[in-house]
Amino acid sequence: MTNPNEITPHLFRTEYSKIVAVLCRSFDIKNIEIAEDIASETFLKASEYWAVNGLPDNPAAWLYTVAKNKAKDYFKHLSIIEKNKEEVRATEKEQLTIDFDTKNITDSQLEMIFATCNPVNSRETQICLALQILCGFSVEEIANAFLSKTETIKKRLQRGRETLRTHHFTIDFLREQDIHQRLETVLTTLYLLFNEGYFSRTNTLLIRKDLCLEAIRLTLILTDHQFTNTPKTNALLALMCFQSSRLDARTNDEGEPILFDEQDITLWNKALIEKGNYYLIEACKVDSSSVSKYHLEAGIAYWHTSSAKDKWQHILNLYNQLVIIEYSPVTALNRAFAFSKVYGNEITVIEAEKLNLINNEYYHGLLGYLYAEIQPDQAIYHFEEAIRLTKSKPEKETLQKQVNLLKNPK
Amino acid sequence: MKEFLLVFRADYKSMPKTSPEQMQANTQKWMNWIAGIAAQNKLADRGNRLESTGQVIKSDGIISDGPYAEIKESIMGYTLINAESIEEAAALCKNCPILLFGGNVEVREISKL
Repeated sequence: MTNPNEITPHLFRTEYSKIVAVLCRSFDIKNIEIAEDIASETFLKASEYWAVNGLPDNPAAWLYTVAKNKAKDYFKHLSIIEKNKEEVRATEKEQLTIDFDTKNITDSQLEMIFATCNPVNSRETQICLALQILCGFSVEEIANAFLSKTETIKKRLQRGRETLRTHHFTIDFLREQDIHQRLETVLTTLYLLFNEGYFSRTNTLLIRKDLCLEAIRLTLILTDHQFTNTPKTNALLALMCFQSSRLDARTNDEGEPILFDEQDITLWNKALIEKGNYYLIEACKVDSSSVSKYHLEAGIAYWHTSSAKDKWQHILNLYNQLVIIEYSPVTALNRAFAFSKVYGNEITVIEAEKLNLINNEYYHGLLGYLYAEIQPDQAIYHFEEAIRLTKSKPEKETLQKQVNLLKNPK
Repeated sequence: MKEFLLVFRADYKSMPKTSPEQMQANTQKWMNWIAGIAAQNKLADRGNRLESTGQVIKSDGIISDGPYAEIKESIMGYTLINAESIEEAAALCKNCPILLFGGNVEVREISKL
């Protein structure tokens, strides 16, 4: 028999948010604290009961039954206390249909995603709320993922929930129009959640993988629903699949980043690359006029997994389009790198220096790389600027190695 | 930051009849140039190319086909960029691909209404 203590954390992650979502759908998101209490009590009961009696055949179904009964008890209790209030009883009666069938779980989670990703909150707050409400992360886990103090995260979450409440967002039956208005925000939040996992250099691989997988899981929910299964959603999912396929190859055993050229290709996850291909094709099925930044970034990620000779030309073309539709310093720098792969370092130096991002460590890192074989003294200058600007210690060490190599060529 | 309109002009007739490969190479040059401006966060609006035919409406009510046949320099397209000064805007146009085909770029500051 499986040890209940081992299986509970995994179950908790997947089932906690489902239970909260379904309960919230039944008695409104303004009662989310009640829903969370019931979900927590359900897991408490499970851990006690399972420790004695062993794991049931279908743990999820067991949890749903307990949660449902607890919810019914709660409202029975409430109606006894508030006997006089006729309206409470009236609403309570009609609200008490709690269904844990697959469709209702998916719909509830979808509604919850849309309720959580509300632009009244800042993006950081939206991500924190998503991690807590949609992914079942504890405050400590979120603080760990953001490298923040638990107190800070706790406050941020409280404020975020307060704004959700004061903005009277009720999850009504999701209408197509509402979905389209909010989908952009939802996709952005999931994109940022994924990036938080993928690009954070400061965390253990385990935490980062968790964030990436949760982002994928939530985006998959969007592809399950006809209104949210848009080309953009599929493009975002394709991007996530391609990027995740390289998670294991991106860092060594010590957690230090490995440059793309030096990655062990055999560590790339072929199944995820195939999934990425599948969703990228889905993303391009509808008219091609709706090319989003997710399409372009997924395209770039796709070419990175390819070993075609002209791949850098394709990557450059996609970065050209990307920087035209949405400027960011990172995109501008990545484009310059792709430019160097196609046209060589000497021409790229001119192109890159125009970016003039003198306070950006990666700008100096790139110029250091481009100058290394043309003007070593310039390269050293830029690498040292990068060392001065970066806060990451492993980064500083990697850059210092470059400087040493340039100062004492073998 | 000020906004500037770039008007690209060239002679349609003198445009070389190019092979698909050359067309692709030209597109690549344009994309690299525009993206180079965008990478400096100075692209305001990518703008558009213009069809070679059009009509001109005159004050006497006569509508005629565009004057393209007679004039050497037709407007081929436009783009909007951001720059601190007209000098900076002009400098950004120095390697505009239209110059390679004997065309020119006119830079005009936008006077906001």
